Amino acid sequence: MMIKDLFSKRRKYASMPAEREQPKTMNEGVMTKCPKCKTIVYTKELMKHANVCMHCGHHMPMTPSERIDLILDTDSFRELHPHMVSADPLEFPEYKEKLEKDQKKTGHKEAVVTGEGTIGGTPVVLGVMDPAFRMGSMGSVVGEKITRAIERALDLHAPFILFSASGGARMQEGILSLMQMAKTSAALKKMDEAGLLFVSVMTHPTTGGVSASFASLGDYNFAEPEALIGFAGRRIIEQTIRQELPEDFQTSEFLLKHGQLDKVLHRQDMKNVLSAIVQMHT
Amino acid sequence: MENHLPFEKPIMELRNKIDELKSFTDEKDIDLSGEIEKLEQRLEQLEAEVYNNLKPWQRVQIARHPERPTTLDYIDSLFEQFIELHGDRLFGDDEAIVGGIAFFEGSPVTVIGHQRGRDTKENVRRNFGMPHPEGYRKALRLMKQAEKFNRPVICFVDTKGAYPGKAAEERGQSEAIARNLMEMAGLKVPVISVVIGEGGSGGGLALGVANHVHMFENSWYSTISPEGASSILWKDASYAREAAEAMRITAGDLKEFGVIDEIVREPRGGAHHDPKEQMAILRKTLQQSLKDLLVLTPNELIESRYEKFKQMGTFEESDF
Ligand SMILES: [Zn+2]
Repeated sequence: MMIKDLFSKRRKYASMPAEREQPKTMNEGVMTKCPKCKTIVYTKELMKHANVCMHCGHHMPMTPSERIDLILDTDSFRELHPHMVSADPLEFPEYKEKLEKDQKKTGHKEAVVTGEGTIGGTPVVLGVMDPAFRMGSMGSVVGEKITRAIERALDLHAPFILFSASGGARMQEGILSLMQMAKTSAALKKMDEAGLLFVSVMTHPTTGGVSASFASLGDYNFAEPEALIGFAGRRIIEQTIRQELPEDFQTSEFLLKHGQLDKVLHRQDMKNVLSAIVQMHT
Repeated sequence: MENHLPFEKPIMELRNKIDELKSFTDEKDIDLSGEIEKLEQRLEQLEAEVYNNLKPWQRVQIARHPERPTTLDYIDSLFEQFIELHGDRLFGDDEAIVGGIAFFEGSPVTVIGHQRGRDTKENVRRNFGMPHPEGYRKALRLMKQAEKFNRPVICFVDTKGAYPGKAAEERGQSEAIARNLMEMAGLKVPVISVVIGEGGSGGGLALGVANHVHMFENSWYSTISPEGASSILWKDASYAREAAEAMRITAGDLKEFGVIDEIVREPRGGAHHDPKEQMAILRKTLQQSLKDLLVLTPNELIESRYEKFKQMGTFEESDF
């Protein structure tokens, strides 16, 4: 039986677990409502603050290009392999269509943007995952682009910085998505052996197969405030252990308290800290 | 076989009927040998029909059969002088993973595997073969030890997945799995992994970054369990049978995707139908793998392992 047949049986097609509430734009984008404190602010003003709410400090999502602008020296970024697109190894219903939809929505072809640039004048290789593209899930393209970025860093003898944001392995690509965890981690072993710097910055959300591979393998593991970070989903854990979990479970602050992070980094300090770390390793 | 699976019911019924006729022959002194012979031919046909055409979900059921041999069963039969080694030296000893040193065909090896329980009591002790971080860290400790003493590492994969629990998260389940993936990639000694039952996601892969990855004919290996896939796709775990087909999780599928090396043949109906024969088959597979890998230098082992995983994936690339 082909997987297509399963979907024709009129079973309710469930979407992925709900994401955190998104900031709402109003008045044709002029204003934005913070999903946490509900304050309405000027979108332009919010962008000046790197999408961090000026009232409550809530870190709202950033696009890869906003992130690149925030971290790298102006106009220093050159993208690597922007045209790699996913195949459909399981012939999964609606997968191709969903990819195309997210390509239109985000303006890039996959859930990670990689490239070279400079930070405080020092060359680095950078990767930024986009949770708006298939929840940042990792299929063959994400794994391959990150691996090639690491190989590029090895060639250049440059540090690698990665901003992760992912719901985990991309189910629609089956076992091949799982294997990207091994592929990327093996590449990081090469960086490690070469004595090169890898900084992992986990942003909301970093879970499943991404959290259980490269995102946890930084020489320094940082996270933005209140990001959701963990291996298993909260609902599955609650069902398994039959008890309620604390509200801050699997947040950056929770991980810090349990010794799983080097530091929780506010977005406004991000460039300075990364810049300092890169300087300390040149 | 008392513990037969639902799809084996017709076979069991026919077998019972044959047994009845045989005892009837003995008791009543009536010759039914012609009848019995016919039924035995029919049984042979039926068995071939069922067991030579196993569906993915049927293979999943065989992989989970309570009588299916486990890691410790393979260790007991295939290795000599096994000495189990415990603990991660950081937190505790996770009995969902066993490991130690032993001789295989006269040479020392490190052997590690997920260990599910063979009854309810043992399952509780072994957490149904679902490890916590300390299990993965114990495994890594033993692999590093193998590297130091230059002996091969043999891993058996058999888990529904890493344990989704509160304590597991607090102690860094993600980091423990990730660390194993990275460190296994760099081991200077031969690493062989065999999926003997269930290869559940990252929890299975954490013992699976090997030079050779083999998979039993009736095992599964997947990003997500059939039940998990069913819940996500249809908000209902009861379509696991359909998900097992859709997700392409059998040994044949993974061989096609270039993810595994060899499919390890099983006796008809699965390993539990003839554990002795299964041991002999696996012994040959391990012998051959070791023979192939022991001629490689540490650098060749690392590079070929890297290239093996590097080629996994499928995508399209254009210039525009
Ligand atoms: Zn706010």
